[in-house]
This record gives sequence, C-alpha cells and structure tokens, in this order.
Amino acid sequence: MKNIIMITMLLIGSVTIAQNKNAKASLEVDGVCGMCKTRIEKASLNTKGVKSAVWNVETHELRLIYDERKTTIETIQSKVLAAGHDTEDLKATDEAYATVHPCCRYRDLEVKADHEP
Amino acid sequence: MALLIFPTFLFSQDKIEGVVMEANSENQNIGLPGANVYWLNSNVGAVTDIDGRFALSYKPEYKKLVISYVGFKTDTITIIEPKTVRHWLEPTDNLDAVTVKSRRQATAKSYLKATNTFTVSSDELLKAACCNLSESFETNPSIDVNFADAVTGTRQIKMLGLTTPYILIATENIPSIRGASQAFGLSFIPGTWVESIQITKGAGSVVNGYESIAGQINAELVKPSTDNKLFLNIYGASSERMELNTHINTKVSSKWDTGLYLHGNTHNKTHDVNHDGFLDMPKYNQVNIMNRWQYTNAEKGLVSFINLKFLNDEKQAGELNFNPETDKLTTNAWGSEIDTRRYEVSAKFGYVNPEVPYQSLGVQGAYSNHRQDSYFGLNQYNIEHNSVYSNAIYNSIISDSRHKIKTGISYTYDHYNELIDAENLAPKYERTETSVGAFFEYNYDNLEKLNVTAGIRMDNHNLLGTFITPRVHARYTPWEKSALRASFGRGKRSANIFTENQQMFSTSRTINIQNSNGNIYGLNPEIAWNYGLSFLQGFNLFGRKADVTIDYYKTDFKNQVVVDYENPLEVNFYNLKGKSFANSFQTELNYSALEGFDLRLAYKYYEVKTQYNSGELDKPLVPKHRLFANVSYETKRLASEQGQWKFDATFNWLSKQRFSSTVSNPIEYQLPEYTPTLATLNAQITKVFTSKFEVYLGGENITNVRQSNPILSSQDPFGPNFDTTFVYGPIFGSLYYAGLRFKLK
Repeated sequence: MKNIIMITMLLIGSVTIAQNKNAKASLEVDGVCGMCKTRIEKASLNTKGVKSAVWNVETHELRLIYDERKTTIETIQSKVLAAGHDTEDLKATDEAYATVHPCCRYRDLEVKADHEP
Repeated sequence: MALLIFPTFLFSQDKIEGVVMEANSENQNIGLPGANVYWLNSNVGAVTDIDGRFALSYKPEYKKLVISYVGFKTDTITIIEPKTVRHWLEPTDNLDAVTVKSRRQATAKSYLKATNTFTVSSDELLKAACCNLSESFETNPSIDVNFADAVTGTRQIKMLGLTTPYILIATENIPSIRGASQAFGLSFIPGTWVESIQITKGAGSVVNGYESIAGQINAELVKPSTDNKLFLNIYGASSERMELNTHINTKVSSKWDTGLYLHGNTHNKTHDVNHDGFLDMPKYNQVNIMNRWQYTNAEKGLVSFINLKFLNDEKQAGELNFNPETDKLTTNAWGSEIDTRRYEVSAKFGYVNPEVPYQSLGVQGAYSNHRQDSYFGLNQYNIEHNSVYSNAIYNSIISDSRHKIKTGISYTYDHYNELIDAENLAPKYERTETSVGAFFEYNYDNLEKLNVTAGIRMDNHNLLGTFITPRVHARYTPWEKSALRASFGRGKRSANIFTENQQMFSTSRTINIQNSNGNIYGLNPEIAWNYGLSFLQGFNLFGRKADVTIDYYKTDFKNQVVVDYENPLEVNFYNLKGKSFANSFQTELNYSALEGFDLRLAYKYYEVKTQYNSGELDKPLVPKHRLFANVSYETKRLASEQGQWKFDATFNWLSKQRFSSTVSNPIEYQLPEYTPTLATLNAQITKVFTSKFEVYLGGENITNVRQSNPILSSQDPFGPNFDTTFVYGPIFGSLYYAGLRFKLK
C-alpha cells in the first residue's frame, strides 16, 4: 500500500512538474555595451540546456529559452554572475566583476556616462 | 567645533527613504512599484512598494544609489546625505528622448557575418538619382557598370571581372534576372522600388541555388507596410529622357497592406553627337507595374507577400533614317527593335514560431513569362521563357543559438523557346530545364571571434545531371574592429548563349557553335570554383571613423562556354580547352573625414584570362586597373521639417582595355590593340526642403568624355565588317538631369 502511494505520488509529481523543453524566462542583467552583450549571452549559452539568450543593451533584459529538464533559471543566473554581471536581485562577486573589460565596468558612473546615447 | 564641522554625522540616520516615480511629461507623481533600489557595490537593496516607496539601511560609505526597473533606464544617483530621495525614472521606450548621434553609413559593411556582404541602403541608392537597378551601382566600387554595345544602350554590370550571367541576381531572394531577362533585366527593376541591395562577393549561400559563381546581388523591394503612403518621383534629363514613379500604399485591414507601384520611362529624341548616322541611344518606352500584398500577423508569427508584376518595354535603335514601318528587315537602312513583355507572379510565406523565435519556415514561389521579340538589321531573335521557381527553407538551431541550421528543398522549371533567323544558326532552339534540389547550411557563431557558414546542396537537373554544390564562408576577428574572411564555393550553370550575348546580332559576324555533344546548344555546362580572402579593419583617424578593406578573389573555370570574338568576322562558342580564370584584387578606404562628409577611395586590379582557340588572352574590354573615388557631403539636419543639402561626386578611371583582334580586317576597319584610358565624373546635388519634398540636379559624365567612333563600319552596316560591340566608353557625352521626390508618410 505504501508503495502504491509512493508511486502515485511520484506520478503526480512528475505530471505536475511536467518540464518544458522550451521554457521562457527573462532576467534583468546590468551591463553597458555590445561587449557586455556578448559576455552575458555567451555565459548563458555556455549553460547546458540554454537554447537562446538575447540581451538588450537598452532595457537590460536578458531573454532566455531553455530546457527545464537540463537547467534552471538559478543556474543560468549564477553563470551570468560568474561572468561578472549583476542581475536584478543578486550582485556578482568583486572577483567576477574585476574580470570584465575596463570599458564594461557598468558599476562605474563614468563608464556608464560614456555609454549614454 | 566637531559638531559644527560634521553636522551630517549628528543627524545621520541608519536609514534612507524615498520614492521612485515614472517620468512623464505632466510631472505627475506616478509611483513605480517593483523597482530595484540598491547601494552600489553592496548587497544592500530593496524593492519599491505599490506606491513606489522604499526604505534602505544607510551607511556613510554608501555613496551611490542604483535605481533600476525593466523597461526604464537604470539610474545611479550620488547620495551625500540620507535625505528623502525622490527620483523619476525615464522609460527606455521613450523614443523621443533618444538622440542618435552616429549617422548610419549609406553602405554598411558587416564586421560579423561570415560572408563578405555589404548592404547598400536607400540613401546610397539616392546618390545616383537614376533610375533602374543597372544604374544604381555607379557609386559602388565593387561593381563595374559598362555599356554592352553601341546600339541598345544596355548597361552591363561586372563583379570580380565577370559579367551578369555569373552573378546571381535576386529580388527578395527569388532569382529574377536570369534566362531570357539576363540582357536587359537590370533595367526592368526601377530604382525607386528598391529598398536596399545586399551584395555578396564570392560564391554566396547555397540556399538560393547553384548558379552563382562570382557573387550574389539581392534587391529588397519597398514594402507596403513601411513604404510611404504616397511617393512621386519625376525625372527629366537633357537627352529628353523622362521618368515617372508613383507608389501608393494603403492599409486594407489590420493584417493586410497593399501597394501599387507604377513606373514609366520614355525617350523619343534623336541624338547623334558623333555623326556616325546611328542613334547614340535608343528610343524607348517602358511601362512597369507592380502590385504587392503584404500580410502580417505578429501574434501567430506569420508574414506573407504576394507580388504581381507586368512589364512592357519597347526599344528602337539603329540608323537615324531607319523607319520600322518601311525598313524593318530590309537593307534600306539598318535598324533594330526590341520588344519585351513580362508577366510575373511571386509569393512568399514566412512563419516564425512565436514560442521559439529561432525556428522558422519560409516558402517562396514564382512564375514568370518573359517574351522578347527583336530584330537587329537582318538578324531576328525571339525568345520566350517560362519559369517556375520554388524554395522551402526551414531554420532552426542545434542545441543552442550558436549553432544554426538552414535546410530545405527547391524545384525549378525553365522552358526556353528561341526563334532565330541568322546565318548559320538553326531556326529554332527549344529546351526544358528542370531541377530538384535539397540543401543544408550550418552556421556556427561563437558570438565573438569566429563565424563559419558551411553549406552543401545536391541537385538533380535534367540537362546538368546530378551534382553537389559545396560553399563555405568563414569570418575570424583577430583583434578589435577587424574581420578576416575566407570563402570558397562551386557554381554550375547552363549558358544561354544567345540571350546573354545578343549584342552579337548587331554585327555582321557569323555565329558558330562548335559542338561538344553537350545538352545545351551542343555545349556542356559551365563549372567554376571561386576562392576569396578579405580583410576589413576599422579604425579612427583624427578622431573620425574610417575603415579599410583589402580583398582578393579568384574564379577558376573548370568548364566554360567561351565566347570568342577574336576573329572579326565570326563569333565562336565552344567549351573551354585549357585555362580560364578571373583574379581580382581590390582595396578600399572609407573615411568620414568631417561631420556629414564621407570619402570613399578604391583601387582595383583585374586579371581575367581565357584560353581561346588563338591562344591565352585577356578577356576583351576588361581594364586591368580601376581607380574610384566618391565624396559626399550633407549639411546637418536638426528637425525633420528642416531643409538639408546633399552633395555627391563620383570619379572613375579605367586603364586601357584590350579590343578583340581586328588584325585580319581591311586596314580601315582595324582597331588599335588597346582602348585609351578613360576617366569619368558624375555629380549630384539634392536639396531637401522638408521630409515630404526634395529636388535634385545632377550630371553624368560632366567632363564630356566620348568614344568618337563606337561603331565599326557604320557607313556600311550591311557590309562584312559592321560591328557595334567595340564599346568601352560613353557614346553620348555629358548628360544633365533634374528631378523631384514627393512623399507622404
């Protein structure tokens, strides 16, 4: 009986967490330029399971399409952070931030001003 | 004392409060809920509440407060003391607030694509106000424009030293200038219909077929949904050539747009500046009509175009006293008439999966009926070409968007019916060509340094057999602002020897086809490999943008239908025995020397050689060296209702070109071995009054350079030495034109 309940629960579980092969999500990622765009998109795409990553330099929106069976939004976010880019609710470590090219130092006000249109 | 000096410390709080609002023109306080507020370089942050309010802990070392929200510009504000913050965030979609400082270049080179493609925008097309596609390349150093013969005034374009049959010319990616329309097709696409042109040097993509050898040219036409509601262009030239272009575009429903495009041109004045008794340019009338329907459904990801086209073109050329009513096909006077009628229907259907935008499907189909009835002196040449083209392309990715694939199938059908009345030729040549093919193209883009496109297609053709066409392009970026490209690819095609070389009918030459038991006029198809290397480097010169390109292309014919003019009494067609190649070297510099001032300089070197029956020779009428310079200047324009001036000048210099041999002619009909060098200058001034109205004035060949005797034996057009194909320069001399453009958005 216990086993049946377990199996049923597992079945229900797998149905309810029916995972999407083409899950869509957006992240807000800070950055200033085309170089940042390449870095952010590359970091995302280097996460196994990410199919498409497009970052908009003006809106800071990173649009993702990924396979939920292979990765999670948290994993992708951690990759972006590791590449040195802050996301909406998490900041990249100083070490990671230090790896971005000096002209991409988006936290620096002067760099930011240089990229203003 | 300390208290007075550091009063902020006294009142320093451990908290900062504030409100984030949406910027708006009425300066209303609209709170922005959900915005992020955090201290720069810290983990301390908060999210605004429903009214846009926030509270954050504060420490004196926190100086910069970052406020961000998707859809708004991220702001960083400097906090000196923990006062209440009131901040307005600017929406990023507020387009009025964005000022674009960098001016778009009229011809844009890509630093990213694997193919050596540059896009000619409508701005560039306006630099040469006239009039159809063949004339729109005059400000472009990669393409050479020359006259095909001294009678029809047809302009011919060359790329990498090779003529149009070796270039795949498409409109909206449907091959359109091929078969029967090869000779005059470029003049059948009015310039105002063209939105932009993409020119790819080298073999190009496999998606559009196997025929391209030297390169691909694609003309994107104006679209009913984005073109002006009303557009009117009137053009008049000192030669009394008149042109009229009208576009009318309307929205039919929320998803359907339609446009009607009318083009007419006429020239009925007799000119003979060189007094050779022949018209310097033909008299002609052309009516060209296109109706486009565009369907757009963004939610479902559907886009579709349906195009209907009709063309009627009539040309008359020859001796001044030639009257077609009484002199047609007689020896009273030498004359020629070329009447063309073309019907075309094409449709495109595109679906982009809204869920996964990298997946898309495109289907194209086109049918055309092209009929040309013509005679040249006593030679008659009529051709009817029915053509069906269809192509289906599926785009997707493998694992992620750095690995893109394109795959699909195509089917083409061509039926040619040629009726000829010329010495030595059969009266009728008829053939049907069908081909079924499948292609696969893989693109790898690592988003930074490397981009590779590798394509392969396999076709089964009833006359060319079953064959494979591989094409590879790669781009590597060794350092900033540079692109190193390499390409190779194969092309194969059946030569339409009569229609592609119809200027030979305007000679007294005997036409011979030396049979090699092939399937097409007894000849075997042309096969060539094209290899290319190109390097682009952008840099700043005195703080202004510049770029320099160097490229080298080699086309190596494995088989060719050689067109041999080396015997002045004959034209011989035969399959290549030996070598035939075209090497081209080009270097180009673009420099925006001042605000609004652009400079383009280019040098080209060609080596185009073929093994003729009489030996390995330079291809006739191809200059070894070419110099090109284009300068353009436009005044600043601050608002759309403000006026503007635009100036543009193009200089071209061509080195001597080889005439095909005339040594066996009587002495009076012998030409020197080489043509003289040639320099021409074109210029244009445009005055923009408002965004709705502009006028232009220009001159072609301002220095009035002329080839004085373009027709050999013009006094005896029915004699054995009559020849109109020795044309290397302008026949008419300088020409001035003026026109206006009126547009309503």
